[in-house]
Amino acid sequence: MIGERGTARAYMDPYLAGVGIGVVLLLAFILVGRGIGASGAFSAWVASGMAAVAPAHVAGNVAYAAYAPDGPRSLLSDWLVWELFGVVLGGLASACLSGRFRRETEHGPGITSRSRLVVGLAGGLVMGVGAKLARGCTSGQALSGGAMLAVGSWIFIVAAFAAAYLVAPALRRLWT
Amino acid sequence: MSPLHGVAPLSLPASLAVALTLGVAFGVFLEQAGLGSARKLAGQFYLRDLTVFKVMFSAIITALLGLFWLSRIGVVDLDAVFVPPTFVLPQLVGGAVFGVGMVLAGLCPGTSCVAASSGKSDGVAVVAGMALGIVVFNEAFPYLEDFYRSTEMGSVTLPQILGIEYGRVVAAVVAAGLLGFAAAEWLEGRQSR
Repeated sequence: MIGERGTARAYMDPYLAGVGIGVVLLLAFILVGRGIGASGAFSAWVASGMAAVAPAHVAGNVAYAAYAPDGPRSLLSDWLVWELFGVVLGGLASACLSGRFRRETEHGPGITSRSRLVVGLAGGLVMGVGAKLARGCTSGQALSGGAMLAVGSWIFIVAAFAAAYLVAPALRRLWT
Repeated sequence: MSPLHGVAPLSLPASLAVALTLGVAFGVFLEQAGLGSARKLAGQFYLRDLTVFKVMFSAIITALLGLFWLSRIGVVDLDAVFVPPTFVLPQLVGGAVFGVGMVLAGLCPGTSCVAASSGKSDGVAVVAGMALGIVVFNEAFPYLEDFYRSTEMGSVTLPQILGIEYGRVVAAVVAAGLLGFAAAEWLEGRQSR
């Protein structure tokens, strides 16, 4: 889509953007003793949402209770929730400033917008299960744990990309 | 203690302000790199566009080298930085499941938020799917718990289990990254010709 409107700026050099994210990560390590993440904030939101509609259910399930010790209020003191809120704001501001904010459904040329939304929802669901099982995603495990040289994080990186390359040919229709 | 030698940990409000600020910067760099776009991100899996690899590895290398040198000159105490604990099988299987989801979604959890906030409805669908996946996992947790807690190794690092000095592992990861960058440029260059 870039170039169609003439106002969208070119993307930043990927190495430069990577160094920028690396500095952000380094600052998180130094200032608060932890890396950056994403799926953990999703967990906190889901647990708080569930606690609001079915408190007894949450209390009886360790997987929710771990993220919602005091119900919805705990969201406001969750480090990852604030960080991911920042990611949303930063993405919005950056897209607007570079003329890239645009309401659309991005999809490969071989599928409809509607199938893209369905497959996207399914993909998110599969990623959600995988991230929970692995205790983190591309941010918390791959970037943060990777930079700390955590063994499990490198297992995650290798497993995630090996599986992705293994299934990518079968899913080619989605993207090419 | 904070990881900075001799500095007290931040108060909760200060730490949350740091979270918000670093999050904004993270979101800006992801969007500027083009990773709020699922089609661009999916190019990684068909070796058309290796931005994901380049961004990820330059970020890892930057943080890795920064941590190494700051600890070497005595500014940062690495023992005060969280190392995610290792659970071999759950992370192997979880990673593989995650990888399949990533090709379907064309985004990862962090980039799905950037896609959603830059107007992409497919980003919103992936965000909703993530939430749904976490509900599915949590509901199934009583059945998954034994596996989830299996093969625990604690907060071990590559230098520890390999018995190789920290600095040497850092150098090896940096060297592997640089080789990877050269390979990525070659792959992309081959296609544009």
